[in-house]
Amino acid sequence: MTILSPVEYEIVLLSVQVATWSVLISMPLSLATAWLLSRRQFYGHLIVDGLVHLPMVIPPVVVGYVLLLLFGRQGPIGGFLSEVLGITIAFTWKGAAIASAVMAFPLMVRAIRLSFQAIDEGLEEAAATLGASPFRVFFTITIPIISPGLIAAAILGFARSLGEFGATITFVSNIPGETRTLPLALFTLIQTPGGDAAAVRLLSISVILALGALIASEYLARRITRQVKR
Amino acid sequence: MLSVNITKVFDSFRLETQFEVEEGSITAIFGKSGAGKTSTINAIAGLTRPDVGVIQIGNTTLFDQNLRINLPIYKRQIGYVFQDDRLFPHMTVQNNLIYGTPKNRDVANSLNLTDITGLLELAPLLERRPRTLSGGEKQRVAIGRALLSNPKLLLMDEPLASIDVQHRFEILPFIQRVREKTGITIIYVTHALEEVIFIADQIILLSEGQVTAQGTVEEIMSRLDLHPMTSRFDAGAVISAIYSGYDKEFDLGELSFDGGTLRIAGLNAEIGIHLRAHIRARDVSLMLDKPKDTSVLNVFKGELIEIRHEDGPQLDLLINIGTPLIARITRKSLNDLNLGIGSKVYAMIKAVAIDRRTLGTSLATSSSETKPKKV
Repeated sequence: MTILSPVEYEIVLLSVQVATWSVLISMPLSLATAWLLSRRQFYGHLIVDGLVHLPMVIPPVVVGYVLLLLFGRQGPIGGFLSEVLGITIAFTWKGAAIASAVMAFPLMVRAIRLSFQAIDEGLEEAAATLGASPFRVFFTITIPIISPGLIAAAILGFARSLGEFGATITFVSNIPGETRTLPLALFTLIQTPGGDAAAVRLLSISVILALGALIASEYLARRITRQVKR
Repeated sequence: MLSVNITKVFDSFRLETQFEVEEGSITAIFGKSGAGKTSTINAIAGLTRPDVGVIQIGNTTLFDQNLRINLPIYKRQIGYVFQDDRLFPHMTVQNNLIYGTPKNRDVANSLNLTDITGLLELAPLLERRPRTLSGGEKQRVAIGRALLSNPKLLLMDEPLASIDVQHRFEILPFIQRVREKTGITIIYVTHALEEVIFIADQIILLSEGQVTAQGTVEEIMSRLDLHPMTSRFDAGAVISAIYSGYDKEFDLGELSFDGGTLRIAGLNAEIGIHLRAHIRARDVSLMLDKPKDTSVLNVFKGELIEIRHEDGPQLDLLINIGTPLIARITRKSLNDLNLGIGSKVYAMIKAVAIDRRTLGTSLATSSSETKPKKV
């Protein structure tokens, strides 16, 4: 790496790793929640809908603190994970991925929900009359047809995770090489006297990274839309 | 045999239908839009759930409210051709076709892809995507796809509605062929009378959620009291006949039926086939004496058996010419000719007035005979 310094390279790699895992964690949950909210009528629909959007409207610091309470060594989930499975979440990159996943969750649910609402349910009915079980209908008809929406959701979640700051720094702190992602590194440099030049470099890197992700997603979405369009 | 006896209350109307459909027949559910046609077949397919009632195919109960049976759609083995084709946009034609094909290939007598591709002339389309197909091609694929799921019954909901007018009648012979080759029971929903006459054996007349009449096409079409529900403009008897000859010099086809021979301009078909002619009541005129020196080729002697009086200047008469025939004349003519029940009349039908497109192949008489299922 001649363009990036070893430290910068480490930061970019960590950021991409955290954002990727964040999307991987959030995707199945978002898909299930979006399906539930757009396809099922149930008691408490409004409450679930509200809870899903909560990370969007409460201060990220609060999210980070709640995560710390839950996933810390003394926390109910964190305690279980470290004692039984030997996994530490707090103050590790895994925690950063979880914090990002929580923050990306409402955005991804929204994007997937829109695709669920746009799909022609007649196609699913037709598949059922052809003998396909609900399970088969979901994986052979619904998922392929909403795949442009899933990609849009993934990219949105990825971009949101790359920029995640408040919840992350509260939950997993700002540890070089472990939890110091791009925004945290940028924040550190701004706090450091004479760090402006390095800060501008990081800033440029983050813009290029985000732009690259957007272009890639647009390209992918167009290809897939062409495949599934009527 | 399919038997349906269901009630479902919707916001705007109440569906309350009871009927039975013979195995191997094509039954048209006919009625105006909003009469409950689609709701009825949706209940059979399991797409809508009746409030009360029973739906059975043979010994299989699909729905029984009292016994709490409601077989899910995918276990009903009912093919459904929708008004819009509903082909899967992300699959090729071939993958659409085989989507519902049962995985265990030992299912007896079921059709395979080659049979269906041949029957519906789909071979050139197999690699294409649904969006590149014309409306007629899409419906042919949809029919093939439904048949390949090995259904016990095929439901068709106005399958021609999404096809442009010029190409509509190109699909009907395919549906006819499907029935001839597979012997499958078909329920065909439509509000177009000419489709019913072309293709159906039986009609179920649906009006405001209720079955108002059921019978063979010939029976229903010769009932004067049903004209407000069938079609006021196109009202007229349907005559079952056998194509018996062709006059090459004058390009005239001959149809033999119980009352004589009907000549139709420009009809050249295979000798011996069953055909059905729809004689619109307003194309039939009456005379008291045997007409001479007339340009009208079809003259039949008959007896007036029913008069349907209606408000307005015209009325419909049922005449027995060996088979029922309906004539629409003015009230003034009825008066001037002094016609009454039992009057002997001559009915005249212009050979050029009969719409060749409505000449359906009638198989109604042979519905009890078992047809080979294999193509």
